[in-house]
Amino acid sequence: MQQRSMIRLGVPLAVAALALSACGSRTDSTTTSTAGSGTKTVKIGVIAPLSGNLSALGLGIKNSVDLAVKQANESNAVAGWKFEVIAVDDEAKADVGKNAATKISSDDAVIGVVGTLNSSVAQQTQPVLDAAKIAQVSPANTNPTLTQGADAAAKKRPYANYFRTCTTDAVQGPFAAQFLLGQGIKNVATIHDKKTYGQGLVDAFTAEFKKGGGTIVSAETIGENDKDFSTVISKIKPNAPGAIYYGGEYPQAGPLSQQMKSQGLNVPLMGGDGIFDPEYIKLAGATATGDLATSVGAPTESTDAGKKFLDQYKAAGYPEPAAAYGGYAYDAAKAIIEGAKTSLKDAKDVKSARAATLAAIGKVSFDGVTGKVAFDEFGDTTSKILTVYKVDGGKWAPSKTDTFK
Amino acid sequence: MDLFFQQLLNGLTLGSLYALIAVGYTVVYGIVQLINFAHGEVFMIGAFGALATWTMLFKGTTAIWVLPFMIVGAIAVSVTVAVVMERVAYRPLRNAPRLAPLITAIGISVFLQEAIRLFYPGAKSAMPFPQIEFVTGAAMEWGPLTVRRSALFTIGALIMCTAALWFFINRTKLGRGMLAVSQDKDTARLMGINVDRIVAVAFALGATLAGIAGVAQGLQNNNIDFFMGFLAGLKAFTAAVLGGIGNIMGAVVGGLVLGIVEAMAVQFIPGTFGGSPWKDVWAFALLIIVLVFRPQGILGAKTVDRA
Repeated sequence: MQQRSMIRLGVPLAVAALALSACGSRTDSTTTSTAGSGTKTVKIGVIAPLSGNLSALGLGIKNSVDLAVKQANESNAVAGWKFEVIAVDDEAKADVGKNAATKISSDDAVIGVVGTLNSSVAQQTQPVLDAAKIAQVSPANTNPTLTQGADAAAKKRPYANYFRTCTTDAVQGPFAAQFLLGQGIKNVATIHDKKTYGQGLVDAFTAEFKKGGGTIVSAETIGENDKDFSTVISKIKPNAPGAIYYGGEYPQAGPLSQQMKSQGLNVPLMGGDGIFDPEYIKLAGATATGDLATSVGAPTESTDAGKKFLDQYKAAGYPEPAAAYGGYAYDAAKAIIEGAKTSLKDAKDVKSARAATLAAIGKVSFDGVTGKVAFDEFGDTTSKILTVYKVDGGKWAPSKTDTFK
Repeated sequence: MDLFFQQLLNGLTLGSLYALIAVGYTVVYGIVQLINFAHGEVFMIGAFGALATWTMLFKGTTAIWVLPFMIVGAIAVSVTVAVVMERVAYRPLRNAPRLAPLITAIGISVFLQEAIRLFYPGAKSAMPFPQIEFVTGAAMEWGPLTVRRSALFTIGALIMCTAALWFFINRTKLGRGMLAVSQDKDTARLMGINVDRIVAVAFALGATLAGIAGVAQGLQNNNIDFFMGFLAGLKAFTAAVLGGIGNIMGAVVGGLVLGIVEAMAVQFIPGTFGGSPWKDVWAFALLIIVLVFRPQGILGAKTVDRA
């Protein structure tokens, strides 16, 4: 009897321990002080995963925003105002992100937020920041519903404070489908991780791929914390797909690619911008060669503005690379600063200028490092340039850049 | 039908991993009636021990002769952690109320996870595990079956470990001491058995198998992270309970059954409730059903030796 009561106690305790370990968020506040005297302070928030599996992307975002803010202070972008960065970790978790948004919105000096990385986190931060009229410009959220509402047939913008500098899955998935069809691949198996991002990507891919005459030979899902994919791979393999389209991020995609190939399923794995990261190649190992990813915009290093940004980023000496979203985060921060130029000019304090800032950001139009930065009536970027990247020699090499039609 | 055997093989592989870890839960429970929730972390630390051995001594080499050194490195680290853990955290609490060591175990579990996350360079996100030639690489085709080399390593490790463990417990003096302590601690002490030493040996045995499991997991999944011990530990604990906690063969059987059920659930349950995300649900549903009809687990019985 004693033994059994022990077990009965043990299991809930273990579960409680898990729940507790998910609590708490780390704050990381970077102050950039360069500008002059007697100035008022205005803050730009960053909400991104600064720890955990996706931190490589999150830290690149944080550093890029920091760079944009430093430059704005140096050039004295808004006379009488000094910009500061306040970065809060969201651990790529929706509930932690919501707390981060609450924390940032309680700061009266915040005018806008760059973030989040994950679409699922953005769903939680949107309402919190919208209530405070704080602009949110995401460098990385690609789920279409964030700007166009849940009903694709009757598009309606849910939150007027939300903008993004990257294009959406509504474009990314179909772009990948067209690319694969163009390569003569007619049979594809899809896998996604059931998160907002992954599912959105696969749904959009599937619709376009079928329309173009392709066949989805199997549609599978995996759990967010899975490490072993051998069963799913065994299930797909007899259907002989010409490629796997994966909706999700690199922590799962890397091992998935490696396990696929070690089980003799030697076809390319293709994914969205969530797998477009050097970490993916590290995790997928030597057999990653030939795997594909779409990402929004042209390669940062392929344009002059992008090269200049990367040089400046390097010169600033950040310990982590700019990663996939650095350029978009830099442009997002600049969009907020551009908006602030109009709204803060004659403002007494930040809080009263927030509504005017939202309107001003909606109207910005400038040449950023990732292309033209301007927003349509939903808050989406007007730029629809995408690039397919291919793993070659241990690196992501641009394979095809095109405008989505 | 081919698919059935393919998934059976996948399930056996997964189950072997659970079984290797589950033995650690069951051995310790058999001796001191403690559920060592930090055992999953011992497994995780074993994997990091192997990675550290490789990084420090053999970086860049992926030849097969490196593997034994990595296994030794993994075992050394996991056994050290387990024995120190027993000495520092559990021994002072041996006669305390039973909840105290249980809470301590959870505390140690969190402590070990965070220690690796914060202090192992690069461990904040998943880390690639060295791909040793011969046990990774292209799969072998046995007729209709695709056999991953790492799967053979995992299953082979389970077979060898179980055989060695059986021999150790039934044929050596130390092993018989373990049997005696599991039956009656006080009488065993009267017979001249050093109970503290036996307990430490039980922890070390579990940790040895967990260390090997850590290497197997690394080879199989290609990467390791600081959180991997949590779910693996929970699954292994489930396997130990399923097979009958305290019974070593029970842990092995429980692990294999759990692995096979998960693999079959992915393959053969269609629709909304099928697929990979639901496999844990089916595995735990099985646990509940078994415990309703056989509360002592598949092989558990009051009279069976609990070593």
